[in-house]
Amino acid sequence: MQLLLESLFNGVAIGSVLLVAALGLAIVFGLMGVINLAHGELMMLGAYSTYITQLIFKQVSFLKPFYDSYVIVAIGIAFLVSGTVGILLERTVIRRLYGSPLETLLATWGVSLILQQFVRSVPLAYASGLVIALFFGLFSPLFISDDLLHGAKGKLIKACTWGFSALLGVATGGILSSLISKLSRASARNVDVTAPSWMRGGIDFVGITFPKTRLLIILITVISVLVVIFFLDKTAWGIRIRAVTQNRPMSDCLGISTETVDIITFGIGSGLAGVAGVAVSLLGSVGPNVGGNYIVGCFMVVVLGGVGNLLGTILASFSIGIMTDLIGAGRLLTIWPEMPSPLYSTIDFFATTSMARVMIFALIVIFLQFRPTGMFPQKGRMVES
Amino acid sequence: MSIFSTKKSWINLTIWVLIIALIIAAPSVLPVFRLNLLGRYLSLAIVALGVDLIWGFTGMLSLGQGIFFALGGYCAAMFLQLNSAGDFPNGIPEFFGLYGVEKLPFFWEPFKSSIFTLISIWLLPAIIAGLLGYLVFRNRIKGVYFSILTQAALLVFFNFFNGQQKLINGTNGLKTDVTQLFGQMVGSEIMQRWFFWISAVLVILAWFFARWIVRDRFGNILIGIRDDEARVRFTGYNPVIFKTIIFSIAGGLAGVSGALYTVQSGIVSPQFMTVPFSIEMVIWVAVGGRGTLLGAILGAVLINYAKSLVSEALPASWMFIQGGLFILVVTALPEGVLGWIRKGGPKKLLFLIGINKKLETYPSLEVNEQGEVKS
Repeated sequence: MQLLLESLFNGVAIGSVLLVAALGLAIVFGLMGVINLAHGELMMLGAYSTYITQLIFKQVSFLKPFYDSYVIVAIGIAFLVSGTVGILLERTVIRRLYGSPLETLLATWGVSLILQQFVRSVPLAYASGLVIALFFGLFSPLFISDDLLHGAKGKLIKACTWGFSALLGVATGGILSSLISKLSRASARNVDVTAPSWMRGGIDFVGITFPKTRLLIILITVISVLVVIFFLDKTAWGIRIRAVTQNRPMSDCLGISTETVDIITFGIGSGLAGVAGVAVSLLGSVGPNVGGNYIVGCFMVVVLGGVGNLLGTILASFSIGIMTDLIGAGRLLTIWPEMPSPLYSTIDFFATTSMARVMIFALIVIFLQFRPTGMFPQKGRMVES
Repeated sequence: MSIFSTKKSWINLTIWVLIIALIIAAPSVLPVFRLNLLGRYLSLAIVALGVDLIWGFTGMLSLGQGIFFALGGYCAAMFLQLNSAGDFPNGIPEFFGLYGVEKLPFFWEPFKSSIFTLISIWLLPAIIAGLLGYLVFRNRIKGVYFSILTQAALLVFFNFFNGQQKLINGTNGLKTDVTQLFGQMVGSEIMQRWFFWISAVLVILAWFFARWIVRDRFGNILIGIRDDEARVRFTGYNPVIFKTIIFSIAGGLAGVSGALYTVQSGIVSPQFMTVPFSIEMVIWVAVGGRGTLLGAILGAVLINYAKSLVSEALPASWMFIQGGLFILVVTALPEGVLGWIRKGGPKKLLFLIGINKKLETYPSLEVNEQGEVKS
């Protein structure tokens, strides 16, 4: 019983990282039919944001008293950083490739290569400066009255906001690199995020120790899922997003700005990748390749869960998480030691994390033989569905 | 109509003359190191031909060709290892001893035979591709779903090969350059020259083979599947069969390519099954021009050559260039270089920068000797 509970907890912990990472991917895929291969790199940006936030809290004197709460601030910052980069990606690349998902796949792979090399060869201080410049450049027009943005004057004002943002970015980069020497040099080495003191250790419950970081990650996941569900179900833009997901041309006809919907969705999806990055940074060290370890799991979740239904994503990630733990850690053998020997040796063969992936992939392919469009397929009458 | 009467054929002919001249001239001009590199790139062109068949013609983007590439490589490498293992304990390749394996695993047994190996290099990947493809296509899984499933399959194979030390030497891979073939060291200069010639000949044969596949009705159905699969199905064809066959053919080509690449690079390892490598194969085809078999060959050779040149000069910048290439080629040059040239791209470019003022406003008609318009 105790073993089962522990296994379940581990599975849920693995699944919740997958879930928060796959959530953004699933929403974007459902809406635009686009698989974003740079999703893992957006997670990486989130993880680096956590690292930078932590360093800032450590170095800047007036933030030092609040050091313990840096993780919570980092979640917000990671969301904004990844969301900004995601929106930029949508505006510059994905927009041009609308309707050709395979080409989008390749282009986003190119973006992921560039992002990986970017964090290797650009000092993190200036990288954050660039993100800040992009953030203000992209969003400041939203706060200027629409009347001012028309015509030649509007162009001038926009150029001014970009110039201002660029200055702000350069200033931030300069300040950061002078304050924190670790950020002023480019390095391809992995960095470590240290958890604040209140997150170390674990909570004992019925004889099992639950690590606090994992509990926090589960909490982050639960909150993210609830917020996303609330956003999609209750807010006006959420309803528009669902409408466009179901039928894009019809929504367009009814006056929904599909362009804005695309931007918002992509921004939120990328932002969620950033939040996942925070979770990932708490689990291990952060490097340029950190996203790649999780991305295929996310794809599996999307394939298994089907699009257009968050319940599918949730169920799929938890079942993959629990299966990974059950098979990979060899828990089936401990739970049921006297199983027949051929079965025992088979399961023993798969009892490593990498072999568990092999097994899970096989199971997913078998599952797809019965439900080709995932657990909760979108219903429609199209031939191409 | 003779085959050289259109503009397209002239471009093809020019490129072919260039390629063949290059192949014939290379062994006497290039030092062995560069020749070996060129041989490797020619063998990579074979896998690119396969990618072109499934992506350019059939519209299925496979991100998992590395599986079949590596399988071919492993077949060849194991044959070489087994045949030079006479001096080692138990008469089996040296690495088995490191993990305490005393008896050759049964599935390697047939690889002692050269004929079996020569067949299995292409047949084994083809069978696995066919099986995997059939399971996926049967359920009408396509588009992005297909791509990510192939990518996941790639990772699965990578994990499997990486973890199995006792069967295939795991992450270290199998070395071939110190093995013997026909009494010669495989890594020796003379063998490498031979492998260059074999690669060159096989690329051309593979091109003829691919051309033969796509030129008739079979090829038309493939293009039909690419453009509108539902319509092909409604017309009474079963796309599953065609997709499975072509995927399996591409797998076989990948296997041949992998075997040639392995003997020229001196090692096969699970690194052949990494995600970036398999996606790179797609970019070769995309840059060369998808749906143009010649473009796949050109793309594979040129991009790899550029890669080695850039990596030697500025190691860090290749990732940026490659990433930029991915974005550029799908946004600005969706037809690839060859497709761009065939569509009259250079002329338009000259016009844009103001050198060539004259622009055709409607397509010129082809006339025969009597001045009649050809239909």
